[in-house]
Amino acid sequence: MSSVTRLILKRLGISLIVLIGVSMLIFTIARIIPGDPARIALGPSASPEQVEVLREKLHLNEPLPLQYGYFLADLARGDLGVSLYTNRPVTADIAQFLPATLELVLLAGTMMILIGLPLGILSARYRNSWIDGTVRVISILGVSAPSFVWAVILMLLFAYFLPLFPVAGRISDSYAIPSVTGFLLVDTLAAGNIAAFANALSHLVLPAFALALSGIGQAARLTRANMVETYGRPYIEMARSYGFPERKIARRYAFRPSLIPSLTIIGLDFAAMLGNAFLVEAVFAWPGLSRYGVAVILRKDLNAIVGTVLVISAMFLIVNIIVDILIAIINPRIRLSQRST
Amino acid sequence: MSEPTLLIRDLHLSFRTYTGIIDVLHGISLHIAKGERVALVGESGSGKSVTARLIIGLLQMARGTRVDGLLQFEGRDLEKLSQSERHALRGTRMSMIFQDPTSSLNPVYTVGAQFHEVLRRSAPGIGKTQAMERATALLDEVLIPDPARVLASYPFQLSGGMNQRVMIAMALANEPSLLIADEPGTALDVTVQAQTLKLMRDVVTRHGTSVLFISHNLGVVREFADRVYVIYKGRLVEQARTDDLFDNPQHPYTQALMRAIPRITGGGIPDIEEASERFHEPLIVHESCGEPGGAR
Amino acid sequence: MTRTLAILLRNPLSALGVLLITLVVLAAVFADVIAPFPDHRGAVVDFANFNKAPGWPYLFGTDLVGRDLFSRILYAYRISLFLGVVVLAVAVPVGVTIGLAAGYLGGWTESILMRVTDVFLSIPPLVLAMSIMGLLEPTLFNGMLAVTAMWWPWYTRLVYNLARGEREEGYVLAAEVIGSSRLHIMFREILPNCVPAILTKMTLDLGFVILIASSLSFLGLGVQPPTPDLGSMVAEGAKYLPDSWWLTVFPGLAILVAVFGFNLLGDALREILGVDE
Repeated sequence: MSSVTRLILKRLGISLIVLIGVSMLIFTIARIIPGDPARIALGPSASPEQVEVLREKLHLNEPLPLQYGYFLADLARGDLGVSLYTNRPVTADIAQFLPATLELVLLAGTMMILIGLPLGILSARYRNSWIDGTVRVISILGVSAPSFVWAVILMLLFAYFLPLFPVAGRISDSYAIPSVTGFLLVDTLAAGNIAAFANALSHLVLPAFALALSGIGQAARLTRANMVETYGRPYIEMARSYGFPERKIARRYAFRPSLIPSLTIIGLDFAAMLGNAFLVEAVFAWPGLSRYGVAVILRKDLNAIVGTVLVISAMFLIVNIIVDILIAIINPRIRLSQRST
Repeated sequence: MSEPTLLIRDLHLSFRTYTGIIDVLHGISLHIAKGERVALVGESGSGKSVTARLIIGLLQMARGTRVDGLLQFEGRDLEKLSQSERHALRGTRMSMIFQDPTSSLNPVYTVGAQFHEVLRRSAPGIGKTQAMERATALLDEVLIPDPARVLASYPFQLSGGMNQRVMIAMALANEPSLLIADEPGTALDVTVQAQTLKLMRDVVTRHGTSVLFISHNLGVVREFADRVYVIYKGRLVEQARTDDLFDNPQHPYTQALMRAIPRITGGGIPDIEEASERFHEPLIVHESCGEPGGAR
Repeated sequence: MTRTLAILLRNPLSALGVLLITLVVLAAVFADVIAPFPDHRGAVVDFANFNKAPGWPYLFGTDLVGRDLFSRILYAYRISLFLGVVVLAVAVPVGVTIGLAAGYLGGWTESILMRVTDVFLSIPPLVLAMSIMGLLEPTLFNGMLAVTAMWWPWYTRLVYNLARGEREEGYVLAAEVIGSSRLHIMFREILPNCVPAILTKMTLDLGFVILIASSLSFLGLGVQPPTPDLGSMVAEGAKYLPDSWWLTVFPGLAILVAVFGFNLLGDALREILGVDE
C-alpha cells in the first residue's frame, strides 16, 4: 500500500469519527432546545392526541441516547428523515439544492487560489514596495467585510451601475437545460449549448467573486507572510550564492515550501465559504442550499437542520482530506513519515 | 607572482538604518593566491561573514548598503562588472558553503534534484542521467557511501555530517576557483566537524581550489589554513602564516584569542579581557605576508 | 504602552487603524450626544421624510419609515461592540483554559478535549451559529451565546499549539523539577508566553465577531427590529436596490470601517509583538 493511500485511509477514519461527533453535537442541540418538535411540526391547531402519535413515531418519548441510536441507524441507510417544511425526504431536498451551492463555492475557491496566491507571491517578492503596500491594503479590505456586503456592492457596481452581469439567479429563463448533475456549467456543456453555458457562467461570476473576496485576502496575506519567512531561510541564501535566477528562487525555493502552511488556511477558508455561501445566495437569489437552510432554520425543521449541517460538515471534511493529501504530496517530510507508521 | 584569485583592497562597508549609518568594515585588504587556503578569524560581529557575502555579491542586493574599495576576482574588478556578468560567476567560478548544512538545503527537493540545478549553472542543457552520474562521482569523492541512496533522499533524511559533505560536493561541482566557507560545520558535533574539515582540505587541495575560510575558532583554523587574517571590529589586526601566528602571536587581540582556546590539559578557564583598548592597536603584518603591491 | 502606541502611530496603516477604531468607539459611546435623531433608534415613524437620499439633515439618508440612518448606525455600533466584547470575554477564557489543559497535560485529556474541539471546528463557523440561533429565540442574549459557541474552539486550538511547544521548553522543565503545581505551570509559566498571540487574535476577532454577528442578523437570525443592527439594515435595504442604494451601502460600509480598523490594528500588533500567523 502506498504511503498516500495509507494517509487517505487514516484521514478518512479520523473524519468519520469527527462526523459522528458533529452528528451528536447537532442532534443534542436540536433535542435539548425548549419546545416540542412534534408540536412545532404539527402547528398549534393539532390535537394533543395527534401530537402524541407523532412523538411516538419520531421516538421522542425514548431517552436521548436511544433517540440518537435510531437516528444513526436511519443515517446508515442514507435516511435523514422527512422535512417538515417540504414534506419530502431531507436527502432529496439536499440533493436538489446542494449542486447550486457547490458550483458557487468551487468557483469561488478557484478564484481564491488563482488570485490570492499570486497576489501573495507578488507581495513577498517586492516586499516593502508600493506593490506590497497595495496588496496588503486590498487583502485586509477583502477580509474586513462580510460577503453579503461585497455582494451588495458588486451588484450595485457591476449589475446596476455598469450592467455587465445579470442581477440574480443561475441562468436566464429562456434556456431549458435538462438537469443531469445539477451543476449548470456541466449540464449546459453536456447539452452542447454554448450560449447557455456562457449565460450560466455570467450569472456565476459576481456571486462567486463576492464569496471569494475574503478568501483572496486571507490567501494573499498568509502566502506573503509565509514567503517572507521562507525568504529568511538559509537555503534561499545558498540558492542565491549559486546564482539561480530570482524567478526560480521565488518559485522553487520560496513559494513551494511556504505553500504548505498556506494550503491549510485555504482549506479553512473553503469551510468558511460553505457558510458564507448562505449570505451571498440570499443577495443574488441563488437557488442553493442557503434559501432552504434559512427556511428550515426559521421553521425549526429539525430533520432538515440536522441533515443540512451534517452534509455541509461532510463537505468541509472532504475538502480537508484533499488539502491534507495535497500537503503530503508537496511536503516530502509528511509523505515519508507515513511509511513508518 | 601570478594574479591572485581574490584581491581585496581597502574595503569599506556601511549600512544605512533608521537610526543612522553603521560602519561595519573600516577598510580591510586581503588576498588569496591560486590554490591557497586563507582563514579570516574573528568573533561574531567582527565583519567576517559580511566580507564573505560581499565577495559573492549577496549583500549588495540589500537596501541601504554602501560598499567602497576594490574587490578583484581573477584579475577582474567585481564592482565594475554588470549585474549579469557578476551573476554568471556565482555557483560557477565561486561558490559558498554555509554554517548549517541541513537548513541550507531546500527541504522539498531531493539532494539529486538540487545537484541537477547546480550542475545546470555551468552546463545548462545537462540531462538528468548525466547530472546523476556527475553527482555520483562528486559524492564518491567526498567519501559518501551509497551515493545513489543519498541522491534520492531529502536533506532531512540525512545526518548533518552527510549534508555537510553533500554541500562540499555541490560547492565544488562546477570546479570553482574560489570556495568561500562561512563557519562550515559549526552546527555539527566536534568530531564530525573535524572529519569533514579534513575531507574538505583534501578535496580542495586535489582540485587546486582557493579557499576563504571564515571561522571564530582558531583551533579549527590551525588544521585547515595556510595563512590567517585576524579581524576585530571591522579592522584587520594581524596577518601571518598559520605556523608563525600560532608560534608568535603579536597583536594583543590575537593573544587574547589564543588564550581563549580551551586546553585539554586543564588549568581552568582562562581569564580573558572582554574588550581592551589595546585590541584597537594597528595591524601587525608578519614577515613575507604583505599584501601584493604593498597595500595595507 | 505609550511606546507601543508611538510605534503604531508611526506606520500610516496602523495609525489609520487606531483612528478608525477610536472613531467607532467614540460613536458607540457618545451615540446619545452625536446622533442628530437619538429617538430614531427605536420604533419611530416619520412618513413625511421617508426614503430620503443622503443630504442635510439626514447625512446618510432615511429609511422607509423616515428614520435617520446615520443615527441608527451609531446605535448599531454600540450594540455590535457590546456583543463583541461580551463574546470574547466568555469565549477567550473558556477556549484558553481548555487549550492550556490539552496542550500541557497531554494524554487522554488532550485526546478528548481536542477531538471535541475538532467537532466544533468542522462545522463551518457561520453554519454552527446559524443552527444554534435558529433553534433558539432570536434575542441579543442568544445571539451572543451562538457566536460564543462557535468562537471558543479557535482559542483552544491556538493555545493548544502554543502550549504544546512551550511544554518542551527549559523553563517548564525547571518549574516541574522544583515541584510547582500543574495549575501554576499552566497559568503562571505557560500562559504568559501565549499572551501576545492571544491579544493579537482578540484584536482581530473583535472585528470578526462584529462581522459574524451582522451576518447572522442579515439572515434574520440575529437581533430583531426595531433594535438598530447593521446586518438587518443591509438585508432590509437590499430589497430596494438600486434606487435606495444608501439603505445598504452605508450600513455595509459601517461594518467594513469597523472591521477594517480592528484588522489594521491587529496586523500591526502582530508585527510589534512578533506573533506568527
